Amino acid sequence: MPLLEATNICMQFGGLRAVDNFNLEINEHELVGLIGPNGAGKTTVFNMLTGVYIPTEGDIKIDGSSVVGKKPYEIVRAGAARTFQNIRLFKDLTVLDNIKIAFHNELHYSTLEGLLRLPRYWADEKHATEACLAFLDIFDMADYADNLARNLPYGKQRKLEIARALATKPKILMLDEPAAGMNPQETKELMDTIQLIRKKFDIAILLIEHDMNLVMGICERIVVLDYGRIIAKGTPEETKNNPDVIRVYLGE
Amino acid sequence: MNRKMLKNYIINLIVVALIYAGIKVLISAGVINRYYEGIIIFIMINIILATSLNLATGFLGQLTLGHAGFMAAGAYVSAITAIALKNSGMPNLLILIISLIAAAIVSALVGIAIGIPALRLRGDYLAIITLGFGEMIRVIINNLRGLTGGAQGLTGIPRIATFDNVFWVTALVILVLYRLTHSRQGRAIVSIREDEIAAEAVGVKTTYFKVLGFAIAAGFAGVGGGLYAHYLAFLDPKIFGFMRSVEILVIVVLGGMGSLTGSIFAAIILTILPEALRSFSDYRMLLYSFALVLMMIFRPIGMFGTKEFSWQGIYDRYKMLRDAVKRREKA
Repeated sequence: MPLLEATNICMQFGGLRAVDNFNLEINEHELVGLIGPNGAGKTTVFNMLTGVYIPTEGDIKIDGSSVVGKKPYEIVRAGAARTFQNIRLFKDLTVLDNIKIAFHNELHYSTLEGLLRLPRYWADEKHATEACLAFLDIFDMADYADNLARNLPYGKQRKLEIARALATKPKILMLDEPAAGMNPQETKELMDTIQLIRKKFDIAILLIEHDMNLVMGICERIVVLDYGRIIAKGTPEETKNNPDVIRVYLGE
Repeated sequence: MNRKMLKNYIINLIVVALIYAGIKVLISAGVINRYYEGIIIFIMINIILATSLNLATGFLGQLTLGHAGFMAAGAYVSAITAIALKNSGMPNLLILIISLIAAAIVSALVGIAIGIPALRLRGDYLAIITLGFGEMIRVIINNLRGLTGGAQGLTGIPRIATFDNVFWVTALVILVLYRLTHSRQGRAIVSIREDEIAAEAVGVKTTYFKVLGFAIAAGFAGVGGGLYAHYLAFLDPKIFGFMRSVEILVIVVLGGMGSLTGSIFAAIILTILPEALRSFSDYRMLLYSFALVLMMIFRPIGMFGTKEFSWQGIYDRYKMLRDAVKRREKA
C-alpha cells in the first residue's frame, strides 16, 4: 500500500482548471520530485495534499485513509508535514521553542495540570526540552537553541523549518521549493540535510523544486507538471530525455 | 523544577508579600487615605483587565476592542449574584468568591459565543467585529431593565471588595496568566500570533486555541468587572462603553504586547497619571494622547516589548555591567 496516494485530484478555481486529473503514489522511504514551469500548478497540488485547499474532485489517501476535507492540523496528525516556499518560522521565538511547538502533540498535560504545575507538567516539559535539544543536535543546530529564529542566516532558517516539520513525526515530508533563494553553497548544504534526513528518519519525501541539479541529483522519481496536467513521470534519466519535458521546461 | 526557577518563585513571593505588607502598614498608619486606597484598587482592577486583554491581543495576536463588554458582563453577573446572596448570612468573602466565579464563567461563555464567529476574521476586521459585540453587550444590559436597572444604573450592590481581597485576586490572575503563557498551551497560543498558517502546519489546533485564549481573557475581564462592581457598589452601563475598551488596550500597548509585567507597570502609570493630572482635567486626554504618540514614535513595541521584567534579569544585567567596568579598569 502506498504511503500517499492521490487519485484523479482536480482543482477548479472558477473557470480555471489549475490542476487536472493529477495522480501520484509515494511509497515508503521514497524521494519524489515534482517539477514544472511557473504556474504549472505545483503549489496548488501541494496545498491540496496538505489540506489548505480541498480538491474539487478526486481522493487523497495517507496511509490508507482519506484525508480530503480534513484541516491542515489533522493532516499533520495523519502523518504529512510540510515546509513553505517562503519560510514561515515563529520568528520572535527561540529556535528551541519553534521545535517545541511542533512537538506540541507529544505533550499530554492538560491546561489545568499546566496551571497547577502538577508533576506531569514538569515531566512532560523536561522530556520536551531534552527531546527537542536532541533533535536540534541531529541537525547540528543545538548551539543555536536560544537564538531567536529571525536572527538565523537564511540557510539555517530553512534547515530549522525542515527540522520543525520533522518534529511532528511525519511519515511523509513535503518540501515546497526548499532551495528557492539559496546560493550554490547553501543548496549544497540543503542536499546534505535531505540526505541526512533520509538516513536518520524512516520517511518519504515529496519535493517541489526548480533547481535542476538538486532534483536530478537526489530524486528517485520525478513527476513533471504543465498547465495542471502530468506530462511525464519516471526516473531522472527518463525525464531528462523526454521530448515533452525538454520542450516545455528544459528548453530545446 | 530547577533551582533558578525555585529561586525566582521565592523572590517573587517575597516581593508580593512585601508590597502587600507595605501598603497595609501605610493604610493603617493613615498615610494612604481612602482616596489613595481607591486609586490603588483601581490600579489593580486595571492590571487584571490589561493582563487579560494582553493574553488575547499580545500573546494570541488578535486585536480586540470589546474588552469592556466582557468586563460589563462580569460586573453585572457578579453584582446580581451578590445582591441575591446579600441576606443569606454568608460571610462577605464567600459571597465575593462565589460572585466572581459566576462572573468569570459567564464572561468566558460570552467570550466563547462571540469568539467562535469573530475569530474567523483577522486584524482590522476582528477589531471592528469585537467592537460591535462589545457594544451589543452594553446595549443588552441597558435594555434588560428588570434585571440590571437599565440606564438608571444598578444599586444596592454589597460593597465587599476591599484592598485585601482585590490584591490577592490580582496576584492570582497574574499567576494564572503567567503559568498559562509558559506552558504548552501558551506556546500554541503564541505560535498563532507568530504565524497562524505555520502553526496549523505543525499540528496546532488553531481554532481551539484561539477560542481558548479569547475565553480565558474574557473570563478574567469578567473578574475585573466584578471587583469593580463590588468596590463602587453602583453600576451604570455607560461606563462600559467603547472608550473603556480603548483605555485597556492603551495600557496593553504601552506596556508591551506580550509582556504581562509590562501591562502591570503600564496599568500603574496610566491609572495614576489621569488622577495626578486632575487639576488640568481639560488637557488630560490631550496629554494622554501625546504621551502615546511619543511612545509609538520612539518605542513602538511598548515599554517591555515581549520581554518580562524579573529580578533575576536585573541582577544579571547589573553583573554584566559590573564585569564590563572591571574589565575596563584592568585594561
